[in-house]
Amino acid sequence: MSDAVVPHRVEPNTPTARAGTNWLRRALDSDIFYSFRRSRMTMVAAAITVLFFLLAIFASQLAVQNPFDPAQLQLMNSRISPIWTAEGQTPFLLGTDEQGRDVFSAILYGLRISLVVGVLGVILAGTLGITLGLIAGYVGGAVDGLIMRIADVQLTFPAILIALLVNGVAKSVLGNRLDAMSTLGVLVIAIGLSFWVQYARTVRGSVMVEKNKDYVAAAQLIGLPAPKIMLRHVLPNAMGPILVIATINLALAIITEATLSFLGAGMPDTMPSLGTLIRIGNNYLFAGEWWIVAFPGLALAGLILSINLLGDWLRDALNPKLR
Amino acid sequence: MLAFTLRRAIQAIGVMIAVGVIAFSMFRFAGDPVNQIVSLDTPAAEREAVRKSLGLDDPVPVQFARYFGNAAQFKFGVSYQFRQPVSNLLMERMPATLELAACATVLAMVFGILMGVYSALRRDTILTKFFQAVSLIGISLPTFLIGILLIYLFSVTLGWLPSFGRGDVVRIGWWTTGLLTLSGLKALIMPSITLGLFQMTLIMRLVRAEMLEVLRTDYIRFARARGLTTRAIHFGHALKNTLVPVITVAGLQFGSVIAFAIITETVFQWPGMGLLFVQAVQNVDIPIMAAYLLMVSLIFVTINLVVDILYTVVDPRLRSTIRRPA
Repeated sequence: MSDAVVPHRVEPNTPTARAGTNWLRRALDSDIFYSFRRSRMTMVAAAITVLFFLLAIFASQLAVQNPFDPAQLQLMNSRISPIWTAEGQTPFLLGTDEQGRDVFSAILYGLRISLVVGVLGVILAGTLGITLGLIAGYVGGAVDGLIMRIADVQLTFPAILIALLVNGVAKSVLGNRLDAMSTLGVLVIAIGLSFWVQYARTVRGSVMVEKNKDYVAAAQLIGLPAPKIMLRHVLPNAMGPILVIATINLALAIITEATLSFLGAGMPDTMPSLGTLIRIGNNYLFAGEWWIVAFPGLALAGLILSINLLGDWLRDALNPKLR
Repeated sequence: MLAFTLRRAIQAIGVMIAVGVIAFSMFRFAGDPVNQIVSLDTPAAEREAVRKSLGLDDPVPVQFARYFGNAAQFKFGVSYQFRQPVSNLLMERMPATLELAACATVLAMVFGILMGVYSALRRDTILTKFFQAVSLIGISLPTFLIGILLIYLFSVTLGWLPSFGRGDVVRIGWWTTGLLTLSGLKALIMPSITLGLFQMTLIMRLVRAEMLEVLRTDYIRFARARGLTTRAIHFGHALKNTLVPVITVAGLQFGSVIAFAIITETVFQWPGMGLLFVQAVQNVDIPIMAAYLLMVSLIFVTINLVVDILYTVVDPRLRSTIRRPA
């Protein structure tokens, strides 16, 4: 491991026969991995983030019941406090809520929904923003002016307001009582439309710098179509900042989804995300049943905090000025 | 200077028209307004009469012009839920929101600047580490979780502060204020902290970064060479120069404070515009949503315009670059 401490070691020219392990070694030997191993906080944050993703993926294996299936819930088991308190009961690690739903299982399933909405929202926002940013930067002129004006105007409005408006309009068009899956779709669209601006601005900036370079001129000269030049040659050079924005945006998207659900404009009680669980639990706070709101809140806070720490680290690690 | 002000003003009007088009389209095309007013078993002829009385038969541009003309006079139609003019509802709720937003901003400015200056001057103390941990929490914790935490601590466990509402309010003209009664002030504490925490961390980080930058400049070194006291250098020279961007950011952020008040008001059941808006979204009350959008945009655009113009007044270096159109 001692050779990994020297960050700028020249890569030995091994033949491509062992391309697979070579790739792995390059990754382990890179500056990024070096700065990752230097920061203990980042390693903890990464471990917690991975743990949350694993919990969400294996939710149905880990949960003691399916909290969305009314047949599995028994009112006899309602309002049981966590297992380490005097009234705790065995299968219910973190207690149960009003409907006899196991809080731990509900958190696992809620985590899954929060992450799905967050990741899909970030992908939608990224795709939209990158596409518009590439077009604005590459085409320039009036198209650029129009896209960037819209971006400027939208940037003055907070994302949560835009997401709420999109949500309200979608409900009005599609009818007030949506089923859970289409609500999920509406949330993804609302988040995608709220967060595209940052990508578009960053990509446009990089494109403006890159498009005057010789390699773009060479690509144009050999007759490559513009979309191919943008996607295959210009975009990879803007990937660093996009990755940083995407990481920080994932945390923001999860907060936005949780906030919408908390405000009652998001996921319904029948298919709760972490935000919905917090809204439900908040009603029992005064009755002294703190565990119904505390554990989903803790899960949400831990998830967001660790993703934010990862994003902060990535921003510093990819910033050449700070090396 | 005049040309710049005019151009910015025209831009601002353009933005307001664009927002107006969005608000009108929401009002007109997102669901049929007639269905919201009549009941399910209203005969078709009566529906037509309602449609005619609302002017929904006119060409769309005429309707838009009428909507815009009415909006300019603060007439936003009738709420579907409350059967009252939306403008009355908004006016009734506005003092609560503005009072909350103002308190939160003052709180954020005072504590943000104090903490920022301290953590820039004493970089390695325990208190600085603590401030930085607070700022990380302020940025990472969703607003509503902070509110719930405060309610659990100070209302449920300790019973010191009320968990919902504005307390007793005093009416001065059309404005209602909670600042003059004890219960009103007590009710204001937790919502202001909840709403202001995010801005506070933002201001703290900004002040810290700016202070560190300014302290490295030549004129600070020169001031040291002149033998000025540390206090005069830090507060007379360094802090003064960091305040311009701080005031700009705080000004621009006032708009988002009003928007984030939506969440705080829901947690504390604070009877402001934000709570009205959330209830409108839940119940698909389009006239309130459209009116809220217009009101908030007007506040945002005005603040942006004023800050832009003030900036050129405060900082003469900007004027020469502005004269040339970009």
